Amino acid sequence: MRPDAVAQAVDAALAAYAKEPGPLLEILHAVQGELGCVPPEAVPLIADGLNLSRAEVHGVISFYHHFRERPPGRVVVQVCRAEACQSMNGDALADAVRQKLGVDFGQTRADGAVSLEAVYCLGNCACAPAMMVDGELRGRVDPARLGDLP
Amino acid sequence: MSVAIRIFVPQDASARSVGADAVAAAIPARHSGIPISVVRTGSRGLYWLEPLIEVETPAGRVAYGPIDGGAPEVHELLDAGLLSGAAHPKRLGDITTHAWLESQQRLTSARLGIVDPADIDDYRAQGGYAGLDAALSMAPADIVRVVSESGLRGRGGAAFPTGIKWQTVHDQSAPQKYIACNADEGDSGTFADRMLMEGDPFSLIEGMTIAGLAVGATRGFIYLRVEYPHAARALARALEAARARGHLGRDVRGSGRDFDISVRLGAGAYICGEETSMLESLEGRRGEVRVRPPLPAIKGLFGQPTVVNNVVTLATVPVILARGAAFYREFGMGKSRGTILLQLAGNVKRGGLVERAFGITVNELVYGYGGGSATGRPVRAVQIGGPLGAYLPESQFDTPLDYEALTQRGALLGHGGVVVFDDRVDMARMARYALEFCAIESCGKCTPCRLGSTRGVEIVDRIVKSANGTRAADLALLDELCDTMEKGSLCGLGGMTPFPVRSAMTHFREDFERS
Repeated sequence: MRPDAVAQAVDAALAAYAKEPGPLLEILHAVQGELGCVPPEAVPLIADGLNLSRAEVHGVISFYHHFRERPPGRVVVQVCRAEACQSMNGDALADAVRQKLGVDFGQTRADGAVSLEAVYCLGNCACAPAMMVDGELRGRVDPARLGDLP
Repeated sequence: MSVAIRIFVPQDASARSVGADAVAAAIPARHSGIPISVVRTGSRGLYWLEPLIEVETPAGRVAYGPIDGGAPEVHELLDAGLLSGAAHPKRLGDITTHAWLESQQRLTSARLGIVDPADIDDYRAQGGYAGLDAALSMAPADIVRVVSESGLRGRGGAAFPTGIKWQTVHDQSAPQKYIACNADEGDSGTFADRMLMEGDPFSLIEGMTIAGLAVGATRGFIYLRVEYPHAARALARALEAARARGHLGRDVRGSGRDFDISVRLGAGAYICGEETSMLESLEGRRGEVRVRPPLPAIKGLFGQPTVVNNVVTLATVPVILARGAAFYREFGMGKSRGTILLQLAGNVKRGGLVERAFGITVNELVYGYGGGSATGRPVRAVQIGGPLGAYLPESQFDTPLDYEALTQRGALLGHGGVVVFDDRVDMARMARYALEFCAIESCGKCTPCRLGSTRGVEIVDRIVKSANGTRAADLALLDELCDTMEKGSLCGLGGMTPFPVRSAMTHFREDFERS
């Protein structure tokens, strides 16, 4: 990632949130929103801006499933693996998605087109099984109809 | 020029997930010369009928659903006379007379699916802000007394009396106090928080404002899970409108008191639904659990006295202030007063939101409302209260859904989610999943949770495979491990994972002894 792009994203996030109480998560969300991830080069810049140690910033990034250190694929596919979806044969959906995309959970396809993530509950439990494609929620998903996925 | 006919289409995330946006987009501005306006509401919670649309006619709203055929079905409906509420195979009539809805006692969710969540005037016209009106004329201690007398207990899962919590914060003297709303609804099978935030966000804002007035807090935070982008947008819009009208911000409604609310996004950590972990996260740190005491009511967010309540709890406060403690207490049984928002989910024919006074049985919920399994196969088990809740076998479906009755059966109500499983469920696998989930989501601070969960997964694997004929010993070991986790963990994640594991072992032993 270009150093100036990283610096710019961090500066903008610091300018927007650094004066708020306990702003680190807000800043990480803003950086990831801009760059698609929180790259390792951003860590010392954020740490400096908030007067934290690099370890503290890194510790927060690594704690939360949502923050990533590398940009995801162009499309992010999230499949719910929690109980309500399991009760509606969510395992079959998970297998079908894995097969269709050709990647496993937690991976980005080599061509960079898509990342597959496991999530634990999308709040769509009465319309299970559920998945999210680039922020768009889908319910009552039929594993046989995943044609529009990359 | 005639007045536009209004068609109500949910913008609820679940309704959208099954095609509500396509329906809304397909409705033209006019049909046969009659102007149409589309109003995006929340969902009434009859999810098997979503997308469910309603048209306003002189005789009231007429519902049609499920409109799952996209644009072609919308055009067909319009041609069939949708705008006059004409007959059609998908016509449901006045949905409020549908037995599923009519039998409910909707207090907290009264406006869901009816009110326009983006329109503060509509909220007011439908009884909104009557609770704040009442609170503004009361002394803070009196507001706390009303909440105490109502018998309201925390709906997030812990069921702690809300009035006692508020009283504690009220009694502290501190330079700054906070209201922290826990909207990190991570339990599988639950969606009531989401529905309220998307479908009636002003009720949460009003409840938080009343809480602020009651305890002397000037600042509120809504800690919202990142998996709920639609709720984030609905809240942002509602907060903006409330500020613009002087219901939030400096000098709330001319009272001389300040109160404002910020939304903070979580980042995909289940543990942040635990209140002290949530406070850590709000402060910008790893969501590691804090040791209690001190209680958050005494030393909470940024070290200041803090009310931590769930969305449903706070959204229930307005109706209590508006209609009085006595009105609310009359619902319910025993020490469980008022109503509970039950969320019926998973493998069930008619899933959705059921708000009823405490005390209906699992049978009434699963068969009466739910109509049995979606697959048509026999129901074998329900899990109540999310991933840390117990599994109940059908023989115990006569249990009333109330805090104490469930505790007696070794179960808990939690946030009110009920997930139905048919007879194909493998309960050893579900027990394994409970431990695996605990391992994935553990914050790592205490050993019983961090290590116990992983060892538990390994033990279940050994039990199922019965390698070396050690099954009996491993079952005993798993039981012992559950003891350690239950008694030795710092918070509910490690402490309650034994509920699903043990209930599966007790009620569905055969699944552990198959091979």
